[in-house]
Amino acid sequence: MSAALEARGLVVRYGPTTAVDGIDLDLARGEVLALLGPNGAGKSSTVEVCTGFRPASGGRVTVLGHAPDDDAVRPRVGVMPQGGGAYPAVRTGEMLHLVADCAAHPIDPGRLLDVLGLRHRARTPYKRLSGGEQQRLALACAVVGRPELVFLDEPTAGLDPQARHLVWDLVRALRRDGVGVLLTTHLMDEAEQLADDVVIIDKGRVVAHGSPAQLTAGDQTELRFRAPAGMDTAGLDDRLPDGYATTETTPGRYRVQGRIDPGALAAITSWCADQGVMADDVQVVRRSLEDVFLDLTGRELRP
Amino acid sequence: MSDLFPAGTFTPAPGRGDLLTMLRAQGGLETRLALRNAEQVLLTLLIPAALLVGLTLVPAVPAPEPRVGWLLASMLALAVMGSAFTGQAIALGFDRRYGALRRLAATALPRWLLVCGRLTAVAAVVGIQVVLLAVLALFLGWTPSGARLDGALIAVLLGTAAFGSLGILLGGTLRAEIVLAVANIVWFVLLIAGGIVVGVDDLPGPLAAIAAWLPSGALAEALRDALGAGVFPAPGTLLVLAGWAVVGGVAASRLVRWR
Repeated sequence: MSAALEARGLVVRYGPTTAVDGIDLDLARGEVLALLGPNGAGKSSTVEVCTGFRPASGGRVTVLGHAPDDDAVRPRVGVMPQGGGAYPAVRTGEMLHLVADCAAHPIDPGRLLDVLGLRHRARTPYKRLSGGEQQRLALACAVVGRPELVFLDEPTAGLDPQARHLVWDLVRALRRDGVGVLLTTHLMDEAEQLADDVVIIDKGRVVAHGSPAQLTAGDQTELRFRAPAGMDTAGLDDRLPDGYATTETTPGRYRVQGRIDPGALAAITSWCADQGVMADDVQVVRRSLEDVFLDLTGRELRP
Repeated sequence: MSDLFPAGTFTPAPGRGDLLTMLRAQGGLETRLALRNAEQVLLTLLIPAALLVGLTLVPAVPAPEPRVGWLLASMLALAVMGSAFTGQAIALGFDRRYGALRRLAATALPRWLLVCGRLTAVAAVVGIQVVLLAVLALFLGWTPSGARLDGALIAVLLGTAAFGSLGILLGGTLRAEIVLAVANIVWFVLLIAGGIVVGVDDLPGPLAAIAAWLPSGALAEALRDALGAGVFPAPGTLLVLAGWAVVGGVAASRLVRWR
């Protein structure tokens, strides 16, 4: 069986600007791949090529074993374009029924309206829906045809936390039922929560790739604590094995980077005791994808 | 999660829907949307109907007797221009703005069927206009017995094709607000000076020469031949309409953008 999605050396150019600069992607059926990056990283351009809306300027993409713009692919793929899409005056229920009519074995549109909390808006024109409601309708349209592969471009942008968790549940259910999902996001926790595989892109290039656990794993943990400002931490580094580094990030807040095991923790607290200070608010922090992004690019993910 | 989405809810079962079902669904929806839009109904039905009644009863513009057949022809031309060109262009402009075409292009709906569905909607609206205006004309004393209905039908079909392709070209290439302004201005200018409400021969010299080559003048003259004079439309008028349909269609197929 062919992979759900495979991209090799994908390039997208708009005139002189290169939006996507040689990206590789692999997505198996029943897996969730998150494309993570800040605005303008090239996520939507990548999705537009994979969904056949835009030709690649270079490289090769196959979707379910076909070219992305092959007519044979479209019935098998569900797409949620960024910001959704519908006739401005169409009623919510009408739009979902129309998309359902385009599929051979659709999910009952009424049921989807119920679970996505759109039942009471079924007769409301699309242009009067809130942004979050338009997003949920777009999501319903993407999955109603029982596709094998779903593209979700920023599925939770602009959603409140409750609706976001609903979308997460839906993505997990898609994965459980064997649907491949490519989603783009600039939310770290979303990628960490949902994805089997995360591809972090910035300025059109892949800066890191792996499972959330791999990307945040191992000796990348750190310990944070509060203590009086201005302590000389050189003595602490002497007590710890090589490879640890302590910094005072802001006055009174300290960070020890390195592998935080019981020995390291004991060394830190005993050093504090020797100084006669009480280490407060001690936290062992697993490195987040946010930190990974910051380390790799030197920039914050969110503007 | 299992409460909302029981196991198997999304188990893949892809496939394209039945072609006829898709055509009926999309053509039907687009027709309903056109008839639901108050401004469109004003433009496509109410104004031509009001002008037909008003100008038949009050001779404000020159027209040969019996006035009603001549005016029915003129108002059919106006109605076709309003729905196939102005209404169509505006709807398309805003459909693009709201991402409707992209949305549908991402479904299993084949793109040729997307176009067919849109044509179905235009044809349905034109059909409703023809019936309504004809019934109104009958009440005003029009008798179809002397008319060349075959010629009128050909003229309406070619006129719809010409105005429809130009409407798609306009609505599919410019920003929605600009489409709205341009489509309405063109409608108004052609109504007055394009050979519709005033016959091409009654227009001032240079304007008459231009109007005969415009789709508005050609359609109105063709219909006035068929419904007013009771003769088959002059071939020149039908050729002008066919020419605009081809030019508009070719340009639209190259230039129309999804978004």
